[in-house]
Amino acid sequence: MEQYEPDRPSPAHVAAVRRSFRGGRAALTRRSLLRASAGGALAVGGLGALSACGIPAATKTQGGVSADDHSAKEKVLNFSNWPEYIDVDDKTKRHPTLDAFAKRTGIQVKYTEDINDNDEFFGKIQPELAAGHDTGRDLIILTDWLAARMIRLGYVQKLDPSNLPHAFANLSDQFRAPDWDPGRAYSYPWQGISTVIAYNKKALDGIEVKSVSDLLDNPKLKGRVGFLTEMRDSIGMTMLDMGKDPAKFTDDDFDAVVARIQKAVDKGQIRRFTGNDYTSDLTKGDFAACIAWGGDIVQLQADNPDVGYLIPDSGYMTSTDNMLVPNKARHKTNAERLIDYFYEPEPAAQLAAYVNYVSPVADVKPYLAKIDKDAANNPLILPDKAMAARSHGFRALTQAEETAYQQKFSKLTGA
Amino acid sequence: MSTLTEAPPPLASAAPAKKPPRRRGRLTPYWLLLPGILWLVVFFALPMVYQASTSVQTGSLEEGYKVTWHLATYWDALAEYWPQFLRSVLYAAAATVLCLLLGYPLAYLIAFRAGRWRNLIMILVIAPFFTSFLIRTLAWKTILADNSPVVHTLNTLHVLDLTSALGWTAGDRVLATPLAVVCGLTYNFLPFMILPLYTSLERIDGRLHEAAGDLYARPWTTFRKVTFPLSMPGVVSGTLLTFIPAAGDYVNAELLGSTDTRMIGNVIQTQFLRILDYPTAAALSFILMAAILAMVTLYIRRSGTEDLV
Repeated sequence: MEQYEPDRPSPAHVAAVRRSFRGGRAALTRRSLLRASAGGALAVGGLGALSACGIPAATKTQGGVSADDHSAKEKVLNFSNWPEYIDVDDKTKRHPTLDAFAKRTGIQVKYTEDINDNDEFFGKIQPELAAGHDTGRDLIILTDWLAARMIRLGYVQKLDPSNLPHAFANLSDQFRAPDWDPGRAYSYPWQGISTVIAYNKKALDGIEVKSVSDLLDNPKLKGRVGFLTEMRDSIGMTMLDMGKDPAKFTDDDFDAVVARIQKAVDKGQIRRFTGNDYTSDLTKGDFAACIAWGGDIVQLQADNPDVGYLIPDSGYMTSTDNMLVPNKARHKTNAERLIDYFYEPEPAAQLAAYVNYVSPVADVKPYLAKIDKDAANNPLILPDKAMAARSHGFRALTQAEETAYQQKFSKLTGA
Repeated sequence: MSTLTEAPPPLASAAPAKKPPRRRGRLTPYWLLLPGILWLVVFFALPMVYQASTSVQTGSLEEGYKVTWHLATYWDALAEYWPQFLRSVLYAAAATVLCLLLGYPLAYLIAFRAGRWRNLIMILVIAPFFTSFLIRTLAWKTILADNSPVVHTLNTLHVLDLTSALGWTAGDRVLATPLAVVCGLTYNFLPFMILPLYTSLERIDGRLHEAAGDLYARPWTTFRKVTFPLSMPGVVSGTLLTFIPAAGDYVNAELLGSTDTRMIGNVIQTQFLRILDYPTAAALSFILMAAILAMVTLYIRRSGTEDLV
C-alpha cells in the first residue's frame, strides 16, 4: 500500500469516490440523469409510448430465453462488471485471473466495467431485454435484489449445473439458498457484501457506539451520522436493532422501522444518506459513525488508522453481487465456465485478496493465506463461523412491495 | 375545356428550362437547416412527446404502461412534492442573485480595467470547466468539511451563529445545510453569469463614459444611467443561464445537502431510477419545465430587453 498522506486523498478514497461517481453502487452522476432522461425516456418510455401508446410489459418466460449458443465456435466472453471489482496487475494493468482463464480454456474475456449503479444499469438493459434482444453481454453482475427482479421478470437464463461442478461444490453455505433463487438455478455470487457500522475514532472522540440505536439516538452524534441510500442495508440494520427479522417482516414492521429512522431525520441526527461516497465523509471525520460496506472498510483501514468498524450484537446484513447470464446471450457455456473457474480456490483467493469483499467460496482460507495472511484472518473478507451466524439477508420483495417500500424509504431521504 | 387542353404546352416547354434552378435556389436554405432541424426533432421534440405521453400513462413494470390520460398524476405529484419545487426555485434564485453580485464586478473589471491581464483573467474564469463538474463539487466537500480551516474561521468569528439563527446552517457546520447547496450552485454556475455580462459590457463604447463625465456625471451616476442599462441584455441572459440549470440541478443538493435540502431534480431522479414510477417522474419534469417557462417569460417581459446577449 502507498503511504497515507493527509493532504491528498488516499488511493482507497480516490477509488471509492471514483467508483461512486463514475460511479459506485448508488452513484449519481449528471451523466446518469442525462442518459436516463434522454436515452431512458426515449427508449423505455419512448418508442413504445408513441407507436403503441405505452411501455411494453416485461416478458414472463420462466427459465429465460436462450439464443443459439455460439460458445463452441466463438471462444469469447463478454463480461460486464462494476469498476474496480476484479484483480489488476499494477504494472501491466491486466487481470491475471482472466489471463489464466484464457490460457487454460482459450476463451478470451472481453471485460468491460460498465455497471456503475444497479438502478441505472437496469434502466439501460431493460428495453432490450423486454424486446427480446441480445444485450451484447454474456455475463453481468448485479446485487441480489436486482438479480431477484431479473429472475422474476424472466430476463436471465437458467444455468446448466453440469458446467458448474466447482461452483456447486464450493459455494459457502451462507449463500446457498436465497429465497429469490433457491438452489442457485440462475445465479452464483461474485462477491458477498457485509453491511456493518463504521466509525472514525478521532471524530468519535471517546463517544461509545455499539448499536444502530446509538447512531439514531445519541445526541452527541447529532448531525454526524451517515446512512446508506441502499434501502435494504439502512432498513435491514435498523430492523435488526429493533429485534425484527429482515428475512420475514410485514408491512407494519417496515413502517415501524421507517418511523424510527424518520424520528432521527427530524431531529437532525442523520447528516445525509449516501452511496459509496460515505467513505470520504468518514475519513474526513464529517461522519463520526455510519452504516458501511465491509469491503470499503478493509481498504480504508489500510490507509487511515482512525477508521474502525463493529458488528452490532443484533447482527448485520449480508448481500451478494451475483453473476447472471442475460437472455439471448451468445456465449452461455463460456459464461458458465468462467463462473465455475472463479469457484476454484486459487482464482477465488486471488480475487478476494484484491477486491477485499467477502469471498463466496468455502475453504479458500489456506489459499488466501498464501497470498496475504492479514486478509485471510480478516473477518470482513472471510467471516468466521461465529460471525457468519449473525448475518442476515433481506427477504425478496414482490414488485408491488418494492415500489411501495422504495416510495416510503425515498421520502425518508428527503425525496 | 379548350383552354385547359391548350394551356399545358407552353408550360411544359417552359418548366424544364426555368424551374429546376429556381427551385434549387429556393430550397437551399432548407437543406442547410435540415441537420439542425433533424437534431431538434430527434433530441428535443421526440423526447418531449414521449415524456408527455409517459406522464399520462398508468401501469407497472410487470404489466407495462398504457396511456390512460390519467392527469391526476400531475396533481398528485404537485401536491406531494411542492416543498421540493419551492425549494428549488428559492435556491436557484438565491444562487442567481449571488452570481450577479459576484459576477458583475468581475465582468466589469475584465471589460474595462484588466488591460493586458484580460486574457489571463478570462482563462481563470473558464478554467474550472477543464475539470469535471462532479470533481469541482466534491472539492467543496473538502473546503467546507467540519474540520476545515474555513469552517473553523467562520465559527471563531461567530458567523455561523448568525446563519444558524437564520436557518441557513445547522449548528457549527456548513456542509449538509442549505447554505452549502446554495454556495455550490453559485460556484458551479458563476461562469455562465460572467461570460454574457462580459460580452455585453465589452461592447459598450468607452467614449460614452467620457461623454457622461463631460456632462458632469459622477462615476456612480455614469454607472447607473449609462453602463448598467447598456449591460441589461447581459444581465438578463446571465440570470437565465444561471437560474434555469440551477433550478433543475441535483448534484449539488445530493453531495453538499442533507435530507431537508433535496431539490426537485433529486425527486425526479429517485422517481425515475429507484422507484421506477416513470409517469410521476415525467409529470414532475413537465411541471418543472412549465414553471420555469412561466417565470422566464414573466421575467423577460418585465426586464424589457429585446435581445439577449
